[in-house]
Amino acid sequence: MNIAKIKQDYDIFVRDDTLVYLDSCATSLTPRPVVAKILEYYNSYNANVARGAYRNSTKATREYELSRKSVANFIYADSSDEIVFTSGTTASLNTIAYGLLNSIKKTHNIVTTAMEHHANFVPWQQLSIKTGAEFRVAPIEKDGTINIDKLLGNIDENTKILALTFVSNVLGTINPIAEIIQKVRKKNPNTLVIIDAAQAVSHLLVDVQKLDCDYLAFSMHKLFGPTGVGILYGKKEKLELLEPLFTGGEMIEEVTDTCTTFREVPQKLEAGTPNIAGVTASREAIDYINSFLFREIRMHEKELMQYCIDSFQKEFGNALKIYGPKDINKRSGAISFTFKNHHPHDIATILDDKMNIAIRAGQHCAMPLHTDVLGVNATARVSFSVYNEKKDIDKLIEGLKEVEKILL
Amino acid sequence: MDLYQEEILEHYHNPQNSGRLNNPTHERCANNPTCGDKICTTIVVENNIIKDIKFEGEGCAISQASTSMVTDEIKGKSVEEVLQISRDDIIELLGIEIGIGRIKCALLGIETIQKALEFGKIKE
Repeated sequence: MNIAKIKQDYDIFVRDDTLVYLDSCATSLTPRPVVAKILEYYNSYNANVARGAYRNSTKATREYELSRKSVANFIYADSSDEIVFTSGTTASLNTIAYGLLNSIKKTHNIVTTAMEHHANFVPWQQLSIKTGAEFRVAPIEKDGTINIDKLLGNIDENTKILALTFVSNVLGTINPIAEIIQKVRKKNPNTLVIIDAAQAVSHLLVDVQKLDCDYLAFSMHKLFGPTGVGILYGKKEKLELLEPLFTGGEMIEEVTDTCTTFREVPQKLEAGTPNIAGVTASREAIDYINSFLFREIRMHEKELMQYCIDSFQKEFGNALKIYGPKDINKRSGAISFTFKNHHPHDIATILDDKMNIAIRAGQHCAMPLHTDVLGVNATARVSFSVYNEKKDIDKLIEGLKEVEKILL
Repeated sequence: MDLYQEEILEHYHNPQNSGRLNNPTHERCANNPTCGDKICTTIVVENNIIKDIKFEGEGCAISQASTSMVTDEIKGKSVEEVLQISRDDIIELLGIEIGIGRIKCALLGIETIQKALEFGKIKE
């Protein structure tokens, strides 16, 4: 991959070519065509969707629906009707959790893991509190992987929901989702399997039909798209199970004083005026990632991870501790670490101040993972995307030496 | 301006008033959930005056240094005076420009101390 050329796709690098952006797990940078598409909507066919009888509204609606088709193709969904636009992964997961509220009974149980981001943990915990269903948190191994047998041990005939992340936002662990789902189906075919794919979609090919998940959630802003657009995929009959979290405009068929009939899915789950510009620009984001092969993205990121791990080892030895799987084949583009006893927030601030390097510090919205599993208060995290290069890691090493000099 | 000034680093490496008092009249622990920083403070108040204060905790250089400096600053002050210390006072005390991303770290110490004085009275 020609990184110098790729960086030219991003105005943020054109404006500041010293920026080292190592926080793509939080949000990816946005290439120019995506930004242009947002402007195009506001400048050329600014209108609401699915209601106006004039050309601009027809055009806006067409663009909006083209994005739905594009997302469906991107994750190999059966049809566009299986794609719901939300405001983000969190909204997608909450739409499922609240949508199932009346389907969960006291006798049921809900299973998740200690590896989850709060967005795929708290909604299920809250759902279990509201319904009286048992909430089971499957443990993870010391090396940051899931022990499938232990996970399956939590699944029984009363398991209504399994919520699982595809890729850990802290450890980078890639979970063997297809294998897990297959085994869960054998044990209890009625368990609804919900996959948080927020960290997976920009790194791995995601094929919902091959995975055989019931629902899958991700955000466009981690996939080179705009913020404020989330995807909720569900098998058609599983989307139909969901009661709408929001009711109001755009999702109704007929309203009287006493009752309302809703439209079919996916519109039933998209009340109110959506993020039209964002959804429209999402198609550009998918076109952008499709201009790469997932195989080359993966090779590039493995090369960077290996170089980063080797450089850490060579320069700092045991003073720098890396969390998560040692085998980079089991790991996607994130590396979380602690450096001596320096606080991750100090590390991040000094890297930013001295070197213009952006990294994440803290608990990365995964408090149970940090406190219960890793046993540390916070970690620093670097994450990679198509615009990163080995030079970024060299600068990171230089920056970490600066951290040592300042904090001693 | 650089966040990691000499004085801040000095307080970070050698915090003042570190530890736990034996017979406090007030105590409180608090944490910053975004970064996991934690501070516990014990205070002796006599005739409405801060007689002694100690703190223990773990966290970043900014939170530890800020707490160290504040504990030095408030000894001998009245409870009301301490409760009136504001965010701007802390920024002035630290003598650095601190961004929105790190202000919580700088305020963790004073917040914990103020909560201890308001709600953390130890019953006899």
